[in-house]
Amino acid sequence: MGMTLGEKIIARAAGVPEVKPGDIHTVDLDYMMSNDGTTHLTIDMFHNQVKTPRIADPKKLVFIIDHNIPAENPKTAAAHKKMREFAKEHDIDFYEGKGVCHQIMYENYVKAGQLIMGADSHTCSYGALGAFGTGIGCTDFLYAMVTGKSWVLVPETLRFELTGEFKEGVYPRDLILTIIRDIGANGANYKIMEFAGEGEHRLSVNDRFVLCNLAVEAGAKTGICEPDEKVVEFTKAHGRDAGDLFTSDPDAKFLKVYHYDLSKIEPVVARPDFVDTAVPAGEIGEVKIDEAFLGSCNNGRIDELRVAADILKGRTVHPDVRFLIAPASNAVYLQAMREGLIDIFMESGAMVMNANCSVCWGSCQGVIGAGEVLISTGTRNFKGRAGHKDSKVYLGSAATVTASAIAGKIITADRL
Amino acid sequence: METFTGKIWTLGDDIDTDIIIPTEYLALPTVDDMKQYAFSPLRPELAAQIGDGDIIVAGKNFGCGSSREQAPEIIKHLNVRCVIAKSFARIFFRNAINNGLLLIEQPDLYDEVKEGDQIEVVLGEAIRAGGKTYPIHPLPKNLLEILEAGGLVKAMQKRNGLIK
Repeated sequence: MGMTLGEKIIARAAGVPEVKPGDIHTVDLDYMMSNDGTTHLTIDMFHNQVKTPRIADPKKLVFIIDHNIPAENPKTAAAHKKMREFAKEHDIDFYEGKGVCHQIMYENYVKAGQLIMGADSHTCSYGALGAFGTGIGCTDFLYAMVTGKSWVLVPETLRFELTGEFKEGVYPRDLILTIIRDIGANGANYKIMEFAGEGEHRLSVNDRFVLCNLAVEAGAKTGICEPDEKVVEFTKAHGRDAGDLFTSDPDAKFLKVYHYDLSKIEPVVARPDFVDTAVPAGEIGEVKIDEAFLGSCNNGRIDELRVAADILKGRTVHPDVRFLIAPASNAVYLQAMREGLIDIFMESGAMVMNANCSVCWGSCQGVIGAGEVLISTGTRNFKGRAGHKDSKVYLGSAATVTASAIAGKIITADRL
Repeated sequence: METFTGKIWTLGDDIDTDIIIPTEYLALPTVDDMKQYAFSPLRPELAAQIGDGDIIVAGKNFGCGSSREQAPEIIKHLNVRCVIAKSFARIFFRNAINNGLLLIEQPDLYDEVKEGDQIEVVLGEAIRAGGKTYPIHPLPKNLLEILEAGGLVKAMQKRNGLIK
């Protein structure tokens, strides 16, 4: 019986020749990533509840401060200090102020075929490089940290067969928001979303990141793009080998196969308060905005910054709008500076933030007040996600967000 | 088989982790400090109304969103006996079991009960409400072990003495 790409990764991590959906396996983890959302809680449990506190393999741990950086109040500062000191004491790779955790992992660690758990729901992003990344809570993280292992229930796989090419002005973010609308916010609950087909192979690894990153918004355990030569090129350029490029067997069993022709995808906007509410951007009606955000692990890479700069060049941000831009990492930020994009942003009136989770996390920067409206390239638009419970968050592509920042209302770039 | 009864509070579909505990309260020092804000974006009065042993009944995809473990912890700290939903989001499901919070999947109950009803739960077998019986499935063995120990940390303690 053939296996899917995701099943092969679990089999490798479990040290068994074959797995099938519904099996429960103990697995060795390749990396464990934790950020400042919850690491302080894990450290407290490590000290207070573990009898003989030890770490199975510090080289497999990565701690990243990205959610509230720089610290915005003394409580956060204390949590960061705890994390910083623990990382130093235990010789754990530690990043602070270098970028969003998933972007850091993507640039520096992830290889195809790996099984990685992270104390963050968007750990599913690592499928961009053909890895199996999945989010866990801090108790699961503690267990993994102490034992180097975790358990997985082998999920069923949904395959998304992509064909064709995007039209101009349409982006992977429009595709994934369309897919989530079609299958629903729990349409892939506890499943693997596998993206493959000639349309997938035509996408850059950065584009694939956008798809895998939002898999959790359909409830998926992970999203994985079928790895190819582009993964090898990316990892080589970042100084590491590509890992094991698994692909699904021809006789692998998929719970369902979906077909998406990329040329038929249109720009969409997801409405408050759920991610699965996308409508064609042209049908959104008159929606005035107070703030626009370009950034996050979903959409803060150089590709999106280039799209925004192209639209912003020679234009200005609407006087009633705050436009916040946070590159996904310092590597992205530096690249944007070299290309002159930051000049364009600042000359247009946008605010360029440090590389961090920023507005998407709703606690550190650009929090919105009662009754305010935000359009964002962030990961979620839940009620109160970006601030006050009576504020509203719309999700769109970098192009739509930038065009809206200029117009002061939600609009696609071609209508500016 | 263990049986218990409780008063129910009903919530809708897609109750996300930002509803269960908004980001702005995550910095509070303890879960007990946070629990008064549970479900506050949706129903600010609810946390104070929930009594010991009450049951939450919800629609599909309960707990979708973030991996924040404070979400199931806060429900546990409100002394909710269990959450019954049409379905649960997977990270929340794992986190709940790891914290000893009982979750039960039942596809029909939510549509046929109303807030304030008393229901009876026979663990691993059925729920009885309004004269009707709704079948439920037992959890897989490894999850049941964790739940019965009171969470993953306590299960580790039982299993291999790794924990205090």
